[in-house]
Amino acid sequence: MFNQRKFVKVLLYLAMVLVAIAIFAPFYWLIISSISTMSELLCTPPHWIPKHPTFDNYLNIFFPKTGVAKAAKIFMYTVRNSLIIAGGVTVISLILGSLAAYAFVRLVFPMRKQILISILATRMLPAISTMIPLYIIVTKFNLIDTKISLIILYFTFTIPYVIWIMTGFFRTIPSELEDAARIDGCSRLGSFLRIILPLSTPGLIATTVIAFMLAWDEFFFALIFTNTPNAKTVPVAITEFAGRHLIDYGGMCTGGVLASIPPVLLALIFYRFIVRGLTAGAVKG
Amino acid sequence: MFFPFSKKFRFRELNEAQLAYLIIFPSVVILLCVIFYPIIYTFYLSFHKMFLTQPGRVPFIGLKNYIRFFHSSFFWNALLRTAYFAFLSVGMELILGLGIALLLNQNLIGSKFLRVSIMIPWAIPTVVIGIMWKWIYNANYGALNGLLFSLGIIPKYQAWLAKPFIAMNFVIIADVWHMTPFVVLIFLASLAVLPKALYEAAKIDGASAWKCFKSITLPLLTPAILVVLVFRTVEAFKVFDIIYVMTRGGPANATQVINYYTYLETFSYLHFGRGSALSFIISAIVLIIALIYIKLLYKGIEYY
Repeated sequence: MFNQRKFVKVLLYLAMVLVAIAIFAPFYWLIISSISTMSELLCTPPHWIPKHPTFDNYLNIFFPKTGVAKAAKIFMYTVRNSLIIAGGVTVISLILGSLAAYAFVRLVFPMRKQILISILATRMLPAISTMIPLYIIVTKFNLIDTKISLIILYFTFTIPYVIWIMTGFFRTIPSELEDAARIDGCSRLGSFLRIILPLSTPGLIATTVIAFMLAWDEFFFALIFTNTPNAKTVPVAITEFAGRHLIDYGGMCTGGVLASIPPVLLALIFYRFIVRGLTAGAVKG
Repeated sequence: MFFPFSKKFRFRELNEAQLAYLIIFPSVVILLCVIFYPIIYTFYLSFHKMFLTQPGRVPFIGLKNYIRFFHSSFFWNALLRTAYFAFLSVGMELILGLGIALLLNQNLIGSKFLRVSIMIPWAIPTVVIGIMWKWIYNANYGALNGLLFSLGIIPKYQAWLAKPFIAMNFVIIADVWHMTPFVVLIFLASLAVLPKALYEAAKIDGASAWKCFKSITLPLLTPAILVVLVFRTVEAFKVFDIIYVMTRGGPANATQVINYYTYLETFSYLHFGRGSALSFIISAIVLIIALIYIKLLYKGIEYY
């Protein structure tokens, strides 16, 4: 009996080691590839630990000299675009979305349920079902390849998402608290600011982080609606390390590492909040 | 901003419905502009012939766009591939996700560390997942080839992504690596709130671990399983990014899923009318799947 239990435990630890390898090995290889020299990358079999690690790929991206590949040259511009776009989308949709969510949960008004359901149902729709008209409209207003057009387009998925998660969070706050504040002479806005918002801080944090990650991750809209460093985002820039004739693997992996840093850090720092946010709404594709 | 009133104006003077409409107004207007209006427009376009190169001429052609696809083997093959992708990736994510969640729920040394680090594959942007796995699968210098060759499993380097059947399954592996953590997180959260008393009672009655899993854990996880099924299947049917980055629908169209096919039809061949019809078909399929699941979901919740 004792031996059998020990055997099971060994098996469990073995499984955990396998899971750990599965999680880290591919990511390890991405990082290693970004600090390997071209000649070491093209060895067969590859050098699992680079003999001559180099930060040239990173230097090429941070301080592009003449002669550096175009994708590396524009990379930092696309990082800036991505930060502006994802940041703008997150802030605006958080404000508008959580206000709307509050109304859907706490206020009674005609068509409340129908409006909420039709907003939430849009999360099921594929992006491409709105893309053709949006493309025609954006072209008509001459907004192709602008950051503002991407911010507006990203509302298609961030606002429904924020409304969805925040309705879930607001429902968990007992309405008696708010009623008590109202009786004590608090205005509706006051009770929203003093009671509801502080209590839903974990939800707001989770929503902020995940909305930012969604916008940072987005590729399809960015691919179609941008074509110069003026508005191009990081995911699009990464695909451009693959030129017509030659793929700059080192550069591509470096771009990949840099693009992963913000979302991975956010995920690790806000782990607890994100888990709550995900389970409140079960999101991200 | 969006409160264009004079100082005298107070919130309390509004009745509840007016206040509510005022608050939801900005979100609703934005969504009407960027989702609802475009969808109606897409629906309209799907009955018309529209070439971007001839913007002035948009003749009405009835159901021709739809009928054309129902007769096209490209369309049916793309649909079948999408179903294959969705079935296999969601199936594997569900099984692996459940297994890993149960494992990490055991409170062994290091399970807390793994619970946090499993966020990493999920947090990495989809495009990065694509280039990372494409590089691992690389025919001449890839890590997978290097590893299998060093271990003597394959006699020479293989061009994995150049073989139709293997390419599709390898893309699925990349997607599973990316999305299994999401499933794990959902399951871990559900496992954390399972009533411990039930397990203790079962233990006293002498139930085996397997019996406990089958009769307690699995039924209580049904809602979580259905949530995962809904979201993952819907997302899998919309897969685009990872296909675009890894294979661009190749080799020999082997990974050309329906969304990629729509992308080609619309933005490469510029048949906006046909693209609209296709995207409407995808939306319909996704909504039907979601509805079926939701029906099941509610049953699942009533189950206990």
